[in-house]
Amino acid sequence: MTAKKFWSWLAVAVAAVYFIVPLAATMEFSMRMRRGTYSFDAYRSVFSDQRFAETFSYSVVMALITIVVGALLIVPTAYWVRLRMPYLRPVVEFVTLLPLVVPAIVIVFGYLRLYNSSSVLPLTNSDTGTNILLVFGFMTMSLPYMYRAVDTAMRTIDVAVLTEAAESLGASWTTILFRCIFPNVLTGVLSGAFITFAIAVGEFTMPSLLNRPAFGPYLALIGANKAYEPPALAMIAFAMTWVSIILINITTRLQKGAAGAR
Amino acid sequence: MSYLELSHVQKSFGPVKVVHDFNMSIEEGEFVSFLGPSGCGKTTVLRMIAGFETPTGGTITIGGVNQNGLKPNKRNIGMVFQAYALFPNMTVAQNVAFGLKVAGASKAEIDARVKEMLDLIHLGHLEDRYPYQMSGGQQQRVALARALANKPKVLLLDEPLSALDAKIRVSLREEIRAIQRKLGITTIFVTHDQEEALSISDRIVVMNAGIADQIGTPSDIYNRPATRFVAGFVGTLNILEAKVENRDAGTVRLGSRSVSIPPSQLNGSGDGAAITVALRPEALSLSKSPSSDVTLDGRVTSVNFLGSVIRTRMDVDGQQVSFDMFNNPGLQPPQIGEMATAHFKASDVLVIPN
Ligand SMILES: Nc1ncnc2c1ncn2[C@@H]1O[C@H](COP(=O)(O)OP(=O)(O)OP(=O)(O)O)[C@@H](O)[C@H]1O
Ligand SMILES: [Mg+2]
Repeated sequence: MTAKKFWSWLAVAVAAVYFIVPLAATMEFSMRMRRGTYSFDAYRSVFSDQRFAETFSYSVVMALITIVVGALLIVPTAYWVRLRMPYLRPVVEFVTLLPLVVPAIVIVFGYLRLYNSSSVLPLTNSDTGTNILLVFGFMTMSLPYMYRAVDTAMRTIDVAVLTEAAESLGASWTTILFRCIFPNVLTGVLSGAFITFAIAVGEFTMPSLLNRPAFGPYLALIGANKAYEPPALAMIAFAMTWVSIILINITTRLQKGAAGAR
Repeated sequence: MSYLELSHVQKSFGPVKVVHDFNMSIEEGEFVSFLGPSGCGKTTVLRMIAGFETPTGGTITIGGVNQNGLKPNKRNIGMVFQAYALFPNMTVAQNVAFGLKVAGASKAEIDARVKEMLDLIHLGHLEDRYPYQMSGGQQQRVALARALANKPKVLLLDEPLSALDAKIRVSLREEIRAIQRKLGITTIFVTHDQEEALSISDRIVVMNAGIADQIGTPSDIYNRPATRFVAGFVGTLNILEAKVENRDAGTVRLGSRSVSIPPSQLNGSGDGAAITVALRPEALSLSKSPSSDVTLDGRVTSVNFLGSVIRTRMDVDGQQVSFDMFNNPGLQPPQIGEMATAHFKASDVLVIPN
């Protein structure tokens, strides 16, 4: 083995230890609920708690709505900026970066002031209204990632020429957007969707202050009151993350045309 | 009235006037090329016909219908782009079917038309391929089929061959012309390659800085250039400065000699006026023939072997003159630095209007 190879392997090994040891430790601890032996009791306990299923499915639904609404907002925006208002790009990029500097708690307090029960648009009066606020909040938080992912995907196709080609073939704006542009930036939408999903499912501040039965606040509650269930939940979340990464990979690969074009 | 009429069409981008006063009538089924250097406004005129740019003045009519204010997706004009512009997410067949689908054709109609179009471009066997799986030439043929599928009123091609290599460029331009003849579709073909324009067009529009300098058949354009710009841009004409000696006798001074040309060519220039004359390289020869009656003497400055012809350049009293001779293994080409004499017919001299 050459010296160079040795150092490369050492770097890989250090990185692996850095990731694997905490993971293994968490896994090990989560299985020690029953005294003296390893068991999946903590997992059983997590899955048997009805609130787990409720909060988790609530958060997943909110995340999916956020992804759909976000994609419908961001793809046309990125498209329009690229096609007609390239001079607005710096402004739009700046705006999409704002959620990284403005903390979630500031955003949600802003919402509560603007849309409280005595305001012109009292969204917080009903569950539906508050859910809408939550989706908007998630969308804002995922904006930097979603916009960049979509915009990068758009760079790989010539938006202007494809638009003109479609127009000369008689296509309307909606046809162009949904048949010619959307499918070609789907990889970008999907990677943006993945990050959005992760943010929306794990987010604590927003649902907690809006008093929604979401997974984030439930995680915090369990973490504060139980010993073995929190690491079990962490392992479950970790597994789900990997499943979604794999799913996205498969979907992207099935998107022959879009994937092959790059 | 002609099928496609452009009358007094103008276009400015802000303060910059890009197309000045463009007038042209194109007959149904005609194949017209726009030829001109980069930036002369070819694409801009084409885009105004397609509806992607709004003229700042003038009118465009197709089949008697004024197109001003009509959206591009309502004009039914086929468009082929330099960069192919196929939809990357669709197969060949789906690309060709796109316009028909948008127009709401039935599935049976679409299938039949797609098959017909793919047969026309000889790519029926590649219908399930994606654009990225095909060569540039194949992609451009698919783009052509896609543009033709909806039976457009006019077909516009903006330098469709520029991104392809030389061999395919020649074969594809023949194919485009053959398909155009077969369908009888009115076509405008933009190019900056004069050989391309000369070889396939019914008529050529030579454009210079936003103006149509000359509109005519390829032989008109090549043999009787109307302006100095056309003479210089099309072909490799020798442009020479001369002086009128006697207008009525038709004698002009060319270098150190006096040459008689048909007096009718000299209208408008008085005795002593400086004029510009042109001589095609193929009109000059190193050997005297019975019909050649004028000679030019000069020193050979370069000899280029171009395959079937040898192009020789010589310096005649400070002016560059080049001429072609057919390659003949038995013949010794001139050597650089030698003195040589070029023979030509006085009637081959073209006077270029200033
Ligand atoms: N959208 C625009 N805004 C401002 N100027 C433009 C615009 N489009 C074209 N121009 C200018 O108009 C002139 C003509 O452009 P055009 O694209 O028609 O030239 P062209 O003859 O097609 O050239 P090429 O052979 O390079 O394609 C150029 O000077 C160009 O810079
Ligand atoms: Mg152009």
